[in-house]
Amino acid sequence: MADRRHLAGSRMTDHAASSPIVSRRAGSQAWWNAVNAWLLLLPAAVLLIAFTHFPILATIRHSLFITRRNGTEAFVGLDSYRAMAADPIFWKALGNNFWFALGTIPTSIALALVMAVWVNRNMRGRGFLRLAYFTPTVLPMIAVANVWLFFYTPDYGLLDQLRGLFGLAGWNWLGDPSTVMGCLIVMVIWKEAGFFMIFYLAALQQLSPDLEEAASIEGASRWYTFRRITFPLLMPTTLFVVINAVINSFKLVDHLVIMTKGGPNNASTLLLYYIYEVAFTFQDSSYAATLTVVLLTLLSGIALLKFGYLDRRIHYQ
Amino acid sequence: MRGRTHPVEAVAAWLLALIWLAPLAYAFWSALHPAAYATSFSLSAPWTFENFARAWRQAPFARYYLNTVVLVTLILVGQLILSTLAAYAFARFKFRGSGIAFALVLLQLMIMPDVLIVENYRAIARLGLLDTIPAIALPYLASAFGIFLLRQTFKSVPQELVEAARVEGAGPLGILWRVYVPLARPTYVAFGLVSVSYHWNNFLWPLIVTNSVEARPLTVGLAVFGAPETGVDWSVITAATVMTMAPLLIAFLLFQRQFVQSFMRAGIR
Repeated sequence: MADRRHLAGSRMTDHAASSPIVSRRAGSQAWWNAVNAWLLLLPAAVLLIAFTHFPILATIRHSLFITRRNGTEAFVGLDSYRAMAADPIFWKALGNNFWFALGTIPTSIALALVMAVWVNRNMRGRGFLRLAYFTPTVLPMIAVANVWLFFYTPDYGLLDQLRGLFGLAGWNWLGDPSTVMGCLIVMVIWKEAGFFMIFYLAALQQLSPDLEEAASIEGASRWYTFRRITFPLLMPTTLFVVINAVINSFKLVDHLVIMTKGGPNNASTLLLYYIYEVAFTFQDSSYAATLTVVLLTLLSGIALLKFGYLDRRIHYQ
Repeated sequence: MRGRTHPVEAVAAWLLALIWLAPLAYAFWSALHPAAYATSFSLSAPWTFENFARAWRQAPFARYYLNTVVLVTLILVGQLILSTLAAYAFARFKFRGSGIAFALVLLQLMIMPDVLIVENYRAIARLGLLDTIPAIALPYLASAFGIFLLRQTFKSVPQELVEAARVEGAGPLGILWRVYVPLARPTYVAFGLVSVSYHWNNFLWPLIVTNSVEARPLTVGLAVFGAPETGVDWSVITAATVMTMAPLLIAFLLFQRQFVQSFMRAGIR
């Protein structure tokens, strides 16, 4: 089922209704259908245009202008982009986004897979296991950040208290550029693994038990069966999860607002958080627009990769 | 369902589950004990609701709850109505430009309002809606995700049922209401749960467009309350944190299967 839905979604152009309304007068039918359809679409279309399509275009436009003190706009061409290319914080944020994605995605996906395999087993208390793994997913990121903030608090926090038991000195986990990213990555892995688990769980439940049975009759070890049969069959799910995870990694910035504010010394800032800072703390909306263009380009790139290449490759090979 | 589990694996699975629950268990411990026991875990530690009482007194959490409930309801109702109409248009009518229109809808799956904060803030400011609950809701009311899910479901509605309703004299909207909507109930539940969880938890956009107690949802209220400069006790902050997540958490514990299945349905697209 997973594959079928996935596949249906990928065929974006396959839109036409299978049975148009039959009308007595065929000539007016197409016209009448169109009127009906557009009237139905109208409310959603207005809001989508106002808050998605128009903002995208406005972002691009504003990245080419600056606002003067008196409120008028002046065309500056690519000046903002040149300034961006020379802005070390921008590059830092972009690099951080890369390390953040690399730190969170492979580990949380591997954990998700292991969790799904376990929960899918006929194991004692699997209901409880599923509950435990999935719970972080339903919690607000901001609440999670509050709790983890306390773990990482120097001296008084839980982590340093644990270290204290072994006679180790306190450490300012979030205040040190060398540890801050790692700390945030661990937290996000905890938050996300259970979410990815359910996609693997759904996929595992669609796999035929015969495959595993056949493999065991042939004398294949469980690890071998997993590596050579189960894992390859889960490939579409893996790619799907990876794409979602990458998109998510660009959106996840809530925790920065209360944990680090991007610091220390921009060591934990991410692109969207930097956009937020530039726009609403430094009040530089044209530079924020320029940074947003970069984010939109990255997201569109992922979209093209997904719709144009991966979907076809996974399902029609 | 299948395969027998090695004891080592069972132990590992349980260990991981306990580690996964630990941060949450810790939040509850800290919220339900006096500040002195925030990091000393002793069975004799006295239990108390004082932290909750203090959090409730020190910040207008009742108002924040109300704001979040109003916000989540407004978004859900808006999304359900708009998505239903749009999905019906795509699933049932053949019209020029529907392919392009649908592709333009899907664009929002990739470029969500969450990343268009700069321009959406300008738009909300132009509308004079800053610092209101509708300001938080507006960019999310048209949901590509909802339209997509419902269109998939609507396309699988049997034509015989549609014909039967037509014979009985139902117009386009009557058919939608009497045939399509009832058959899509599982999709509505799935979408509803995902939408409510998402917007209950949403933070950055509400933080940007609200600035007063009257409009702030719980998440923003919590962040304001827990800011280090306020000097509020750690235990009181955890109590506030627990209050923020409690409604969703309780709902999840009660309807666990529904939640997991909804996220599954909603995620697989």
